[in-house]
Amino acid sequence: MSQTMFDLLLRSLWETVVMTGASGLISLVFGLPLGLALVATDRGGIAEQLWLNRILGGIVNGFRSVPFIILLVALIPLTRLIVGTSIGTWAAIVPLSIAATPYYARIAEVSLREVDRGLIEAVRAMGGGRWAIVREVLVPEALPGIVAGFTVTLVTLVGASAMAGAIGAGGLGDLAIRYGYQRFETSVMVAVVAVLIVLVCGIQWIGDRLMARLDRRA
Amino acid sequence: MNQHVSWAEAGAAEASGGDVVRIVDLKRRFGGTAAVDGISLSVRKGEILGIIGRSGAGKSTLIRCLNGLERPGEGQIFVEGREITGLGERDLQPLRRRIGMIFQHFNLLSAKTVEENVALPLKIEGRPKAERLARAAELLELVGLADKAKAYPAALSGGQKQRVGIARALAARPALLLSDEATSALDPETTRSILSLLKDINQRLGLTILLITHEMEVIRTVADRVAVIDAGKIVEEGLVWSVFADPRTDVTRSLLAGIRPQLPEALAARLGQAGREAILRVDVAGEAARRPLLQELATAIPGRFRLVHGGIDHIQGEPVGTLFVGVQTTDGRVAEIIDFLNARDARVEVLGHVSDDV
Repeated sequence: MSQTMFDLLLRSLWETVVMTGASGLISLVFGLPLGLALVATDRGGIAEQLWLNRILGGIVNGFRSVPFIILLVALIPLTRLIVGTSIGTWAAIVPLSIAATPYYARIAEVSLREVDRGLIEAVRAMGGGRWAIVREVLVPEALPGIVAGFTVTLVTLVGASAMAGAIGAGGLGDLAIRYGYQRFETSVMVAVVAVLIVLVCGIQWIGDRLMARLDRRA
Repeated sequence: MNQHVSWAEAGAAEASGGDVVRIVDLKRRFGGTAAVDGISLSVRKGEILGIIGRSGAGKSTLIRCLNGLERPGEGQIFVEGREITGLGERDLQPLRRRIGMIFQHFNLLSAKTVEENVALPLKIEGRPKAERLARAAELLELVGLADKAKAYPAALSGGQKQRVGIARALAARPALLLSDEATSALDPETTRSILSLLKDINQRLGLTILLITHEMEVIRTVADRVAVIDAGKIVEEGLVWSVFADPRTDVTRSLLAGIRPQLPEALAARLGQAGREAILRVDVAGEAARRPLLQELATAIPGRFRLVHGGIDHIQGEPVGTLFVGVQTTDGRVAEIIDFLNARDARVEVLGHVSDDV
């Protein structure tokens, strides 16, 4: 592989990392509260509001049922409004975040739902309000699952960011399609796949380590 | 207006000897069934009141009404003289800090250390960290787990977890401790140690305890008074030893069956309408159990009798006994013996007859 190819590979890796990292962070910031809201407003939750629960659930399902490649195109006007352009790495972060947020919200919801109701009752019995339940029980007790879910979301985002190459976002997927596939440069394809494998394994490894450190159950 | 009522009620509580809790005609329905169906009950300051019943009798619902985890349909609950059934969630929060609670499955937070678990009620109350940790250390000392302060609950045994649960329940210096089947998940030996800890706390700190259980052994070990609850109603209530000595309802008798002497099954199976020997069940308690009853009987009436089974137990320092006595019918003295015993405050029941020696 030539030096220019190598530089291109490095640049693409960086673009993938930026897209994955930024949209992952945004999905965490918005998805976790959304997951909490889904659990809290559900029947028997700490802030039961069934109508709100149905609306939130409907929105989440709506976004999750649109194929990412369509979302990518459909969100172009919004992207232009936020970033100022619809092309490039930063532009790709908008649809990636919007796709990943409801995805992560559902994963976080599952972990939060698994928190023993007895623990919530214990904190209520000691005079704790909703905020105390969220801060002292729901989030800390579900943290291992929240971290594991975030790892899954990041890995999914690595794959989705490759698709974002379709709107000129760059990244490893874009490199593989343009050079590896369209120009029949098999070595580039192989190199990209190898880098992706290492990237995904790295994310998973860090996630697993972090989860093991946080898990105090048994 | 509300304030006025609560002061009046506080006065009333004072007058009735300082009841920590007074429940008046409480009702709570779930769908078509009444879990609590008109219960009136008082918990006196400094006592341990045990509520016993089979599972589904409504005891869990009742105890949860006391700190507002469950909302009653009808009736009133006064905690330290203040009516709480009308309070909203926000007004219940300061009340709940006056009431500690321990649970069957301990309900410790797995992501927090033992020390953080114990300090949590104070954290929720907004106390400074130094004060929280000092109080946690003090309480862990009290429950004998000072060396486990930095451990996580997963590293503890069931008994240790419940000790942490007790320490946590005491953190905010409550006026009342609610115990919801606190020993039901523990083995007998650990149960005894937890119960003696509760008794110790009750005596040392003068803490009022309301505990619910389905095990008479728990009532027998720690409670001062007992209320038996069945199908949402209190069917029997009184000092533990007197309820043990003279259970008035079938529910109480069946709950007592495990720990009071019963006629051995082999013998019970052979009881008939007539035979050479009558089998009597003699219940004695208090004075009747202190006197040399059998010796007096032997001296007064020449008929032959023998002790088949039974014994005398001490509950709250009071002797409570059940004796199974076989009396020879051929002597023709059975009626006389029964009269003799009845005259000495022993309750006698003829269970049946056996024809040959057992």
